[in-house]
Amino acid sequence: MAKVLMKGNEAIAESAIRAGGLVYFCYPLTPQSEVAEYLARRMPEVKGAYLQAESEVAVINMVYGAAGAGARAWTTSSSPGISLMTEGLSYIAAAELPAVVVNIVRAGPGLGGILPSQGDYRQATKGGGHGDYRCLVLAPASVQEAVDIMPLAFDRADRYRNPVIVIGDGMIGQMMEPVEFKEWNFPPLPVKDWATTGCRGRKPNLVNSLHLDPLVEEQLNETLARKYEKMCREEVRFEEYRTDRPYRVLLTAYGTTARVCKTAIQMLEKEGISAALMRPISLYPFPSEKTRELGRKAEFLLSVEMSMGQMVDDVRCAMGCEKPVSFFGRSGGIVPSPEEVVKAVKSHLGGGK
Amino acid sequence: MKTLFARPESLTTNPTHYCPGCTHGLIHRLVAEAIDELGLRERTVGIAPVGCSVLAFNYFNMDFQQAAHGRAPALATGIKRARPDLVVFTYQGDGDLASIGMAEIVHAANRGEKFTVIFVNNAIYGMTGGQMAPTTMPGQVTTTTPRGRDVSDVGYPVRMCELLASLATPGFIERVAVHTPPHIVKAKRAIREAFRLQVESRCFTFVEVLSTCPTNWGLPPFEATKWLEQTMMPYYPVQNFKKPEAAAPKAEA
Repeated sequence: MAKVLMKGNEAIAESAIRAGGLVYFCYPLTPQSEVAEYLARRMPEVKGAYLQAESEVAVINMVYGAAGAGARAWTTSSSPGISLMTEGLSYIAAAELPAVVVNIVRAGPGLGGILPSQGDYRQATKGGGHGDYRCLVLAPASVQEAVDIMPLAFDRADRYRNPVIVIGDGMIGQMMEPVEFKEWNFPPLPVKDWATTGCRGRKPNLVNSLHLDPLVEEQLNETLARKYEKMCREEVRFEEYRTDRPYRVLLTAYGTTARVCKTAIQMLEKEGISAALMRPISLYPFPSEKTRELGRKAEFLLSVEMSMGQMVDDVRCAMGCEKPVSFFGRSGGIVPSPEEVVKAVKSHLGGGK
Repeated sequence: MKTLFARPESLTTNPTHYCPGCTHGLIHRLVAEAIDELGLRERTVGIAPVGCSVLAFNYFNMDFQQAAHGRAPALATGIKRARPDLVVFTYQGDGDLASIGMAEIVHAANRGEKFTVIFVNNAIYGMTGGQMAPTTMPGQVTTTTPRGRDVSDVGYPVRMCELLASLATPGFIERVAVHTPPHIVKAKRAIREAFRLQVESRCFTFVEVLSTCPTNWGLPPFEATKWLEQTMMPYYPVQNFKKPEAAAPKAEA
């Protein structure tokens, strides 16, 4: 298929439709409202279900209901809206329902601003809602990668019966890039024989997260823990850049920031400073082993983020005391420039070079 | 031999956990009878709330989902939008529906979502131990209104039927009671009509059932029925508030 020029938010919407994400609920919020606008027009054409709800709280519970009835249900929002959805995400994870939630992250905390940010890393990867649950978290760094990740997100949501968060900063949602919609062939999925679709010919099904017997509740937590362990074994995704030759510094960055880092690495090369990049694509599970393996070859690591330093905790956790791990970031909706990253690298190398 | 009375197929054989004199079990039965009579059990999905009827899924013999507090209408919307062929009902108490879930019920009603709401109003929070509900009567003593509900401080009780009936979209809204046999017969008729209209994809359907809570009201069951009649019914009139045009002739169908 030929490439088409599309805005990130619209490309995500189209990719989701092609992946069978035909039940979508939303609430308008900048900078992701174009997803809703695109689907309001497109969903009737493919006989899907589209509904603008009264709040993000309602949205995530509509997703719960539809997913519980066997649908490929999904939603998009941005940071403050995702905060409102975290209660529902906890219920969805506990009831073992598949769901895809796209977060086009804006600056925070609070109402914050509408410009790009990566300030929701902790919320996405460490929980957000209550209880022992995890979401699979995937972070595209381009519109094409966002398009490619949507079918994977739906497949993994169904396969694990767990919410999947696709996290893109505002830049991914707002910028236009050429994209190609590829055909994906995933292995067959198990039949959703647990869904509430009417009990004709079988015993009633129950979609539930209430377990008053502590042993039953503990058993659910054990089941979920096994599921997350499986994710950690099988769902780690990353990209390496310039790691095929010696380097003094290993940058770690995801999403838009990783692209800035690639430019910075090229600029550093011209000055005779070798640097490499480890870009996590899965934020949970975090590529800890790969970080350790690549980090050991560097003098130090620098985590570059559009936040005050969130992913850096996972980088430090991966490296232990083996190598120094530093942080550079901009927040408030500011994308760090390659020059700033170059400067940060140099300052850690020790004054100028 | 002719069977005159039996457990509806839509109810399980599990004994309920409800207190003596509570009318939840009775309301469950009316819903189950209506579903059986219309032959809907195998394509019905019920939504359990948070509150005394949180375990309703143990008593209804059909597919069920359990909702977060107040969100049952959002779940029902999700199911119905994804699978319009299914019959969906929420079963909610007054705290769940009229307090924390006010936004979800109002907007589901206003969109005309084609599911059925069974709203059980007993003027108190039961499960958490008898705290003030949005429907608690003026002067009514609860654990959080030890001197009685002071309307100058926390306002008057919310009348859900009247509130929803002010919207243009919802099609069927009726308040019933279940404290006497004649009222039970009328309640059954309203519940059955609500499900019938849903099956015809006609409209949003809402039945409020005035209910007793002897345990948290601190009254013997019979006294509780009298309190309902004397205190609640003058404030919460038992009547139909809305029905779709041309629905009446089909009522006995």
